[in-house]
Amino acid sequence: MELIDVIVLVVKILIVLHIFLIGAAYVVLLERKVSAWIQDRVGPNRVGWRGSLQSFADVLKLVLKEDIVPGHANKFFHFLAPVISIAIAISVWAVIPFCSPFTVFGVEIQPTIAPNLNIGILLLLALSSLGVYGITLAGWASNNKYSLLGGLRSSAQMISYELSMGLSLIGMMLVMGSVNITTIVAQQGGYWFGWLPKWNIFVQPVGFLIFLVAAFAETNRAPFDLAEAEPELVGGFHTEYTGLKFGLFFLAEYGNVILMSALMTTLFFGGYHLPWVEDLPFFKDHTGLLALAQFGALFVKALFWIFFFVWVRWSIPRFRYDQLMNLGWRVMFPLALLNTVITAIVLAAMKSS
Amino acid sequence: MNIELVLFLVLGLLAVVSALMVVSRKSPIAATMFLVMHFMALGGLYLLLHAQFMAVVQVLVYAGAIMVLVVFVIMLLNLGDEQSLSEKVTKRETSGIALSMLLGGALIFAVTRAVRPHTSDAAAAALNNGTIEAVGKALFTTYVFPFEMISLVLLAAAVGAVVLTKRHLV
Amino acid sequence: MIEQYLPAIAMILAGVGFGIVSVKAHEWLGPHRMTAQKLTTYESGMEPVSSAHERFSVKFYLVAMLFILFDIEIIFMYPWAVSFRALGNFALGAMLLFIVTLFVGYVYIVKKGALKWD
Repeated sequence: MELIDVIVLVVKILIVLHIFLIGAAYVVLLERKVSAWIQDRVGPNRVGWRGSLQSFADVLKLVLKEDIVPGHANKFFHFLAPVISIAIAISVWAVIPFCSPFTVFGVEIQPTIAPNLNIGILLLLALSSLGVYGITLAGWASNNKYSLLGGLRSSAQMISYELSMGLSLIGMMLVMGSVNITTIVAQQGGYWFGWLPKWNIFVQPVGFLIFLVAAFAETNRAPFDLAEAEPELVGGFHTEYTGLKFGLFFLAEYGNVILMSALMTTLFFGGYHLPWVEDLPFFKDHTGLLALAQFGALFVKALFWIFFFVWVRWSIPRFRYDQLMNLGWRVMFPLALLNTVITAIVLAAMKSS
Repeated sequence: MNIELVLFLVLGLLAVVSALMVVSRKSPIAATMFLVMHFMALGGLYLLLHAQFMAVVQVLVYAGAIMVLVVFVIMLLNLGDEQSLSEKVTKRETSGIALSMLLGGALIFAVTRAVRPHTSDAAAAALNNGTIEAVGKALFTTYVFPFEMISLVLLAAAVGAVVLTKRHLV
Repeated sequence: MIEQYLPAIAMILAGVGFGIVSVKAHEWLGPHRMTAQKLTTYESGMEPVSSAHERFSVKFYLVAMLFILFDIEIIFMYPWAVSFRALGNFALGAMLLFIVTLFVGYVYIVKKGALKWD
């Protein structure tokens, strides 16, 4: 690696970290504002213009709170659990492409931290499969009955839905013939019949639907947020966490919401592609402007899904645990398998005809 | 020093140290977490061998699935710290040490005798052997029979898991 | 090839570093006034009874076990999906046989009621 590569990499990591942190802060605010709007309240409106700095005030408060580790807790794992959660929530961003490559000061920039990985999506799935440990260890190390039950519940839920999530993507991989995220996004840049964007949602609607439901369960969001069902389990796995340690779990949850929204956009809705507009001859010479426009497109598409996450949370009641496990194992899993088989047979028939 | 050598030394050391920690920790949960760390270091070592798919499967299956089961089992059985059972099992300990030394000797023998492709042709071929496309091609042409056998093994395991826990499920 | 993966490794290290630094900073910045009451386990205002580390339902174990089995099945499907076009109908047949075998196992599990939660 040349020195310039190292500098570019460090700058990219810092930018993505800031997108992650500021994004999560504003998604929290968005959630509070939207929930207020849905429930006909005002929502946070004191800190900054219309409450726009509320999340930063909250973070400051969390940092300055006392760190309480219960006497019976396992100190080391109590410390390790939030670190695992946040480390995974951050590191999965390494494979998400933000726009097409562009040139600055004669240096070509790949707007992904690790572009063109042969195993792109699988790396993301592998990293996020480690997220179970953060939650399980938090529950176990706290030595609290609510925590342990919450942690156990949510880890059983996460592994159940991880199956459907992996399986729902196989139909998409069959169509694309790749798991390289850079290739997948590039292939979605074309058009069918000359006008319909080649987005995977049009060929894999069932796969997308399963992925969407699994994404809700993976992020432990309502209606699948049984791990922190307040009436029965208090705070679930983070009952015994205070201050910023709790804040890191919170940050990881919202970071995962943003990640899942960006991932759904990337895999099923053409990623950063801005259909029709990006083919204008004007953008041929202005790759920097094109990159900016594409980042805007990714942002808007992801924002829709983030809003969807919030909207669902404040509209739908929580599942019961048996309903949740039945849905995961007895509906989603066979449906995803069927989707895979049908996709493969249709593709084979299309090839031979 | 090139980057691959540095990475090999770091990951190799991490793998060996975490493996030693696995067998020396008293708390079963700590041992488990060191095993997870060991598997991740192994994944990194696979990457250095250009086996990209294997690397990610190592993390996905071992660290992400099998160790979750181990953690569950430890939590479900509520295993405390290892008690001093050692007075009773000296026979087991000695036979364990003897067996592991035997295994170690066999491994050293096998590794030193292994044919290592030093030619640049073989190295160039190995570069692309680890991609997911190459694995798919090999799995469904040369190794299609073992692949089908795996389904039977998995079927047997599924039936076994249900039978073992069935009496609790009625 | 390893150069491609270095940025991903760097990102993982950045994530771990961020976590450790923020937790340590928090431990250092916050007040430290421990009392016996604060150190007790939270149990909704009741006196905590016994340790939380008790035995739990075997169902969680079963779920984890079945997860491993089907996870391995799915992992075999990734290389198949990627090289599907190059491999043709023989691979499709092989994979269908694989899926059918495991689906038999799945049906057995469902019929035995192993996935029933109540």
